[in-house]
Amino acid sequence: MKIHEYQAKELFRKYNVPTPEGGVSDSVAGVKGIAADLGLPVAVKAQIHAGGRGKGGGVKLATTDEEVTAAADAILGMTLVTKQTGSEGRVVKKVLVEKGVGIQKELYLSIIPDRESACITIVASQDGGMDIEEVAEKSPERIIKVPVNPVTGIQGYHLRQVMFGIELEKPLMKGFSAVLRNLYNLFVDYDCSMVEINPLIVTDDNAIMALDAKMDIDSNSLFRHPDVVEMHDPNEDDPTEAEAAKFGLNYINLDGNVGNMVNGAGLAMATMDIIKQAGAEPANFLDVGGGANAEMVENGFRLILSDPKVKGILINIFGGILRCDVLAQGVVQAAKKVKLSLPVVIRMEGTNVEEGRRILAESGLELINAKDLADAASKVAGIVA
Amino acid sequence: MSILVNSQTRVLVQGITGKEGQFHSQQCIEYGTQVVAGVTPGKGGQFMDEVPVFNTVREAREKTGANASMILVPPPFAADAILEAIDAEVELVVCITEGIPVMDMLKVKNYLAMKNSRLIGPNCPGIITPGECKIGIMPGPIHTPGGPVGVVSRSGTLTYEVVHQLTEVGLGQTTCIGIGGDPVNGTGFLDCLKAFNEDPDTEAVVMVGEIGGNAEEQASAWIKENMKKPVVGFIAGITAPPGRRMGHAGAIVSGGQGTAEAKIVAMQESGIYVCEDLGSLGRLCKEVFS
Repeated sequence: MKIHEYQAKELFRKYNVPTPEGGVSDSVAGVKGIAADLGLPVAVKAQIHAGGRGKGGGVKLATTDEEVTAAADAILGMTLVTKQTGSEGRVVKKVLVEKGVGIQKELYLSIIPDRESACITIVASQDGGMDIEEVAEKSPERIIKVPVNPVTGIQGYHLRQVMFGIELEKPLMKGFSAVLRNLYNLFVDYDCSMVEINPLIVTDDNAIMALDAKMDIDSNSLFRHPDVVEMHDPNEDDPTEAEAAKFGLNYINLDGNVGNMVNGAGLAMATMDIIKQAGAEPANFLDVGGGANAEMVENGFRLILSDPKVKGILINIFGGILRCDVLAQGVVQAAKKVKLSLPVVIRMEGTNVEEGRRILAESGLELINAKDLADAASKVAGIVA
Repeated sequence: MSILVNSQTRVLVQGITGKEGQFHSQQCIEYGTQVVAGVTPGKGGQFMDEVPVFNTVREAREKTGANASMILVPPPFAADAILEAIDAEVELVVCITEGIPVMDMLKVKNYLAMKNSRLIGPNCPGIITPGECKIGIMPGPIHTPGGPVGVVSRSGTLTYEVVHQLTEVGLGQTTCIGIGGDPVNGTGFLDCLKAFNEDPDTEAVVMVGEIGGNAEEQASAWIKENMKKPVVGFIAGITAPPGRRMGHAGAIVSGGQGTAEAKIVAMQESGIYVCEDLGSLGRLCKEVFS
């Protein structure tokens, strides 16, 4: 679960990771008030969950009162398009107003878990302030990665490896060590899947400060982080995906026109792939779960039908312990309940499949039976073509 | 023959008195698995059907000689359950639970490296040696005993699909393992491939991967140098958009890493027969393996 920059910075301050002074607001008047308290210059920063805000016009520096008003006016309510938002962009509802800070140097610092080594990896570079993927491509030697074993936790040598690795000057080491150690503790305590500071700056008076903050928290850990749950911003959710989450379904909206519903994530991905191979495009990823029941199927139908792009639906069910006949009954019940109006191709396989097919055939619904996966994909592709 | 589990395997179930634990324990018993003990803290002395329940894994292992564990406890308690099983020196720990925090699994994985237990999962369907032992939630009847194919996969229902197709074309299975869809897990492709390579009854292997991480690439490199048996591979997620988690916590393409294309290329370059169309996997195996 991603949180906003201003929320991440609240957590930073709790862990003694210095940030510029600032405040958050959703109105021009509020922005002016905060700027007046802080004193000029200030930075006005759009609060959305996507990177590349600066390039998209979502971050402005203001040195006069007029510029503060103009920046707040321009950013609040704007549809901010960045390379991470997609072409539809995101409407900005809140801005963070921060006191301008004199910058001597920009660094890069992030922490991520590494799935292969089962370590927590610190990534740092002396080339802060730019896109780190660009640095990785152009000058990979200027990025240092230091793995920390989560059992030992962060030690002095980890800090030294990072600091010597990015050629940090000696007088800055004490401050940097404290920031990195605190950030590591925050990362572990809050079950982060990513913390990124770009840039981490050296101020004019040699202090280390987080000018930006990105934090992504492992959704599976939210049961032990009620404070993070409260930070959830529904404005950032795709409405259909949020609806799906409420029903315990995994739904991801895509660009195509073949709605599809599958039990199990791996099979759902493979089903999307086979739709594409048949010459059509999937409208979604929808996993109703390995143990799907009638209610979940019904909710799945509702989600798919809420997408106006959808022209045809493919249901691919592998009946295991949950048998095909039970699933078929679920599909029939759900289809009747939601008054299904689009053509539906069903491919069903597994335990009690004959009984399942009989129930579908005798349902009175216009369901198109497919004999196997390839048949199902070509049938549904034919319908939407 | 088979790998990791067989008719001699003695299984204890952690979380046996819960709804899921009870249901799947019964299914395993019905399949013929020797379920010798259950563990639910506070319910020691009770029975689930005929199976004695203990308060701790150590006690269950000592009193029943269990050498494998199936874990079906909710995510907040699952890492604790895995660590308890490892500490009690249970040889094989199979964790079905989905939704364990990554931070918990990082600790588990590092502790595991110091111990002798093997972990399968989490977030997996489990392991089955058809006709002998089923530790997990997969449907038993789709499997065919006797080999000659070993199956290793990151998925659940996708594995059932593959196994079903194998059975349909007349290819039985030695052992089928779901290694799980989480980013940090226990046994990986490599361990399973090595074991299949050594198992005299396994003549060929089907490997089912998906987007995210680089386990398939590593496995492919190993196969190229060491595998003595033909391997058919399949990768799910060619159409998955980058940056999105496709249901499984580990199924994500990030920063251009972990794409289906890269995995397919790695497999092809290693001499793996890559199946590009799931619907024809069974037929392809039949062709390649005979």
